[in-house]
Amino acid sequence: MAPAVLVKNLKKSYGNVEAVKDVSFAIEPGEIFGLLGPNGAGKTTTIRCLCTLMTPDAGQLEINGISVLEDPRAARQMLGYIAQEVALDKVLTGRELLELQAAIYHLPKAKSRDRIAQMLALLEIEDIADKKTGTYSGGQKKRLDLAAGLLHQPAVLVLDEPTVGLDIESRTAVWNFLRQLQREGTTILLTSHYLEEVDALAGRVAIIDSGQVISSGTPAALKAEVGGDRITLRIREFTPDAEATSARDLLTHLPVVQEVIINSAQGNSLNLVVNQDADALTAVQTALKAANLPTFGISQSQPSLDDVYLAATGRTLMDAEMAATGKRDLKKEKKQAMR
Amino acid sequence: MSQSIASNPVSTSAATLPTPGTAEFIQETLALTRRLFIQLQRRPTTLVAGIIQPLMWLVLFGALFQNVPSGLFGESQNYGQFLGAGIIVFTAFAGALNAGLPVMFDREFGFLNRLLVAPLASRFSIVLASALFIATLSLIQTSAIVILSAFLGAGLPGPAGLLLMTLIVLTLVFGVTALSLGLAFALPGHIELLAVIFITNLPLLFASTALVPLSFMPPWLQVVASLNPLSYAIEPIRYIYLHPDWQFSSVIMQTPFADISLAIALLILFSFSALAFITIRPLIDRRIS
Repeated sequence: MAPAVLVKNLKKSYGNVEAVKDVSFAIEPGEIFGLLGPNGAGKTTTIRCLCTLMTPDAGQLEINGISVLEDPRAARQMLGYIAQEVALDKVLTGRELLELQAAIYHLPKAKSRDRIAQMLALLEIEDIADKKTGTYSGGQKKRLDLAAGLLHQPAVLVLDEPTVGLDIESRTAVWNFLRQLQREGTTILLTSHYLEEVDALAGRVAIIDSGQVISSGTPAALKAEVGGDRITLRIREFTPDAEATSARDLLTHLPVVQEVIINSAQGNSLNLVVNQDADALTAVQTALKAANLPTFGISQSQPSLDDVYLAATGRTLMDAEMAATGKRDLKKEKKQAMR
Repeated sequence: MSQSIASNPVSTSAATLPTPGTAEFIQETLALTRRLFIQLQRRPTTLVAGIIQPLMWLVLFGALFQNVPSGLFGESQNYGQFLGAGIIVFTAFAGALNAGLPVMFDREFGFLNRLLVAPLASRFSIVLASALFIATLSLIQTSAIVILSAFLGAGLPGPAGLLLMTLIVLTLVFGVTALSLGLAFALPGHIELLAVIFITNLPLLFASTALVPLSFMPPWLQVVASLNPLSYAIEPIRYIYLHPDWQFSSVIMQTPFADISLAIALLILFSFSALAFITIRPLIDRRIS
């Protein structure tokens, strides 16, 4: 059976900026698949190419074995696309928007009425269905957008940053809804720069950075692959470079420690990869005490998806995010996104 | 719940997807047109202003030249009568020129993406919906002007004349709407679109026969006005108003190049609109398909 979604060697540049250098992944039917990466990594561009909003420079895109580039209409029929920014017509009511949506997917009248009633009930927005969308809260807009995207019963639902800007309650509601959809057989592709979101929802994940897939698999496998436990150590709140370096040299020689990375973005805190050993923390603390180094904070944890990202790129997701914020030309990106 | 809330991957295969036909095209075009009319209904300001503005033109501008010697403006009895045709055409033109704005805002707000990810039978339905909407608006405006003109003493053409006037207005509206939509897809944003609308609007009015006849103009402006498609909509309507016995062979306009009959004027207008459609087609296709 063909994968529900196939993306192979995708490439897309804007002028001389390579937004997507080489992205490949395959999603099995019924799976929730997460594309994780910092803003500007190429997630949205990948999705826009898949949803026929952009023509890639090179690569293969398939939905249920149908080539997106050769038969875009068939692909569109099978896709539901939920953009990051909810674009509703604020003058229309929710129901009118859904009616428009049903018509552009060519649902017969009776079926359209049934589906609209069904989706309004499912997303619990019946009571506001006849109010103008301009009066909706952020969470209500997202629900309406979900209802619109699912109206034609797409085999594959694609969501770009589904919970950005939502309150915790709405976010949980969206998560639960997506899980329910998956149980009913819908394949889901979502992008996120929230580790938590991908960890909570996705059966498999591809971590994407600077337009390339740097790692992919189940979250558990990815974490197991990087191995060991993590110790985050802060000698002082803001540790001087020299002190951080000497502490690193000291700790690298401990038998329990596998690797030490100085995280300059977090006040020169030290990120240690240690053997999965209950005594690791004690060993590190003893060594510090012997060298007369103070401890501002120390904690041990199992590897997270962020550690997977850190291991592959040498920086945490949040740091990448912050580094990207200053460099991106959001206005220019908006123009590129405009069609 | 008997029906699955989500998809049924087995049934949603490409094999079951019917080839898009006329029924689908009509369905999507009607839905898109309906959206524009709902917007109009909930925000009627545009329509109200769009009716009041040409009426004020007619009353105020007409009064401005009320006392010119009769017969100065060709065969017209008074300036108000002369002006009516100009206002009808200019109003329709200005309305059609703005047709691109809603599409531009849909682009900017991302609403257009909602349409573009849908399996539309033809993306030309987006264009057609705008054209239908603007055409309806123009006909409402035109009716208002025709009725007020009649009260101001300009008379009323016969049924055939009114029908031909409708056809002329629609032809112009479709051509200009096409150009405006082409711009809405080609220009980077609404600021640029508004700038183009501003610099096109009034010059095209002044360089046409809307306000004065060709014979008033210096030779260079006569040439410009004779190349202006608006003149080829204005002069036929003016002629129909003044000559209940109009014929397609009647000479309605003496340009520096040639005498233009009613039939030739209509042909030129029709060619202009057809050309506009042909020109923007690749522009729209490149952007949205």
